[in-house]
Amino acid sequence: MKDKQDDLINYVIALGDDSLILGQRLSEWCYHAPFLEEDLALANVALDFIGRAQMFYEYASQLETRVLKENARSADQIAFLRDTRDYRNLLIVELPIGDFAFTMARQFTVDVFNQLYLQQLVNSTDSTLAAIAGKAIKETDYHLRRSQEWMLRLGDGTDESHQRMEKALKELWGYTAELFTMSAYETALLRDGISIDRTALCSDWRKIVTELLQQATLKVPSDEWQVTGGREGLHTEHQGDILAKMQYLQRTYPGLEW
Amino acid sequence: MDSIPVISEPLAERMARRRDSAYPALWDLLDQVKDPEIPVLSLWDLGVLQDIVVADQTVLVTITPTYSGCPALREMQQDIDSVLIAAGYAKVEIATQLAPAWSTEMISEKGRQQLLDYGIAPPVSRRGQPICCPRCASPKTQLISQFGSTACKALYCCEHCAEPFDYFKCL
Repeated sequence: MKDKQDDLINYVIALGDDSLILGQRLSEWCYHAPFLEEDLALANVALDFIGRAQMFYEYASQLETRVLKENARSADQIAFLRDTRDYRNLLIVELPIGDFAFTMARQFTVDVFNQLYLQQLVNSTDSTLAAIAGKAIKETDYHLRRSQEWMLRLGDGTDESHQRMEKALKELWGYTAELFTMSAYETALLRDGISIDRTALCSDWRKIVTELLQQATLKVPSDEWQVTGGREGLHTEHQGDILAKMQYLQRTYPGLEW
Repeated sequence: MDSIPVISEPLAERMARRRDSAYPALWDLLDQVKDPEIPVLSLWDLGVLQDIVVADQTVLVTITPTYSGCPALREMQQDIDSVLIAAGYAKVEIATQLAPAWSTEMISEKGRQQLLDYGIAPPVSRRGQPICCPRCASPKTQLISQFGSTACKALYCCEHCAEPFDYFKCL
């Protein structure tokens, strides 16, 4: 029973980490986007992901309270006071923002995945996860509408935008495999209908992504290499950098409030 | 049959909850609390205020957040708290409820009109309906950006009077 509770806490935190790190990455565009409307859009999407992370962490904190009582961590402590190896986010979300093409290519591949994933998670037997998914999916629909528009516009745009988009896709392609890799704790929760079988989403994801890339006159990169490890806390060198910036204030002034 | 007024199911449920409530004075009191970003719209008309009950001398207010990352949520909680404290209720608890997820269908008719008067085009109630300019009412408008000044709004421009305006997105 205790193991099951641990699996659930790990799972909820991992979902929160995916959202928080992507939200933090997107927020780096604030003040730097190519034009004002895009600056607002990126900040808005970032905020949606940070809000999503907060819902997952609040739930993780509640779950911890059941087991650890007063020793349980708050949502803020979960977000700001863990070290690199304790984060469970997928590697694809921690990669630096790169150029605008890279940011949008990552966003598009992750948005398509999130839509498929959340469509399943709304049916989770865990009612809190189902409720979070119910809120998040409506936002993801808007995210995807925008990111696929950018794929078309940049892929089927100028020579330079096309070439940058192809380069971006090639750079991130090997990280997409992890979207469909099950961690031990996700597998353990699958039997009770709490978690989602990621492996089963792969063919739909490929179909949607391939169709849109073709429409955008972009080549689908070949599967030459794959990396995984985020779910076990084995990150790229970029994770430490993003945490240093994100956690600076709480580490320097512990417990500081807005 | 376009003229028959239809309200959404979640709005009807909320209206019934208020109508059948044992604490009508509390609902009326909280009508004072407005959305911090759209200060003409009460939390009730926005559809954020879900329920009010009193137990053991504690007022328990249930609200539902609009967008997940909406930064106005904390301010709404503080405003509810201070209005109730000022009215003499010593103990206030505010719970946030995620399901059923907030949707623009929870906005009341009055709220939609207030949005329009404030210069924000209210969310269209049926798919395919045109988004009309809140200033000149022209249906000839163009989307500038799906994401506007806050998470809940998109940017539009009127092709008739050339004014840019905010549109409250359907969610």
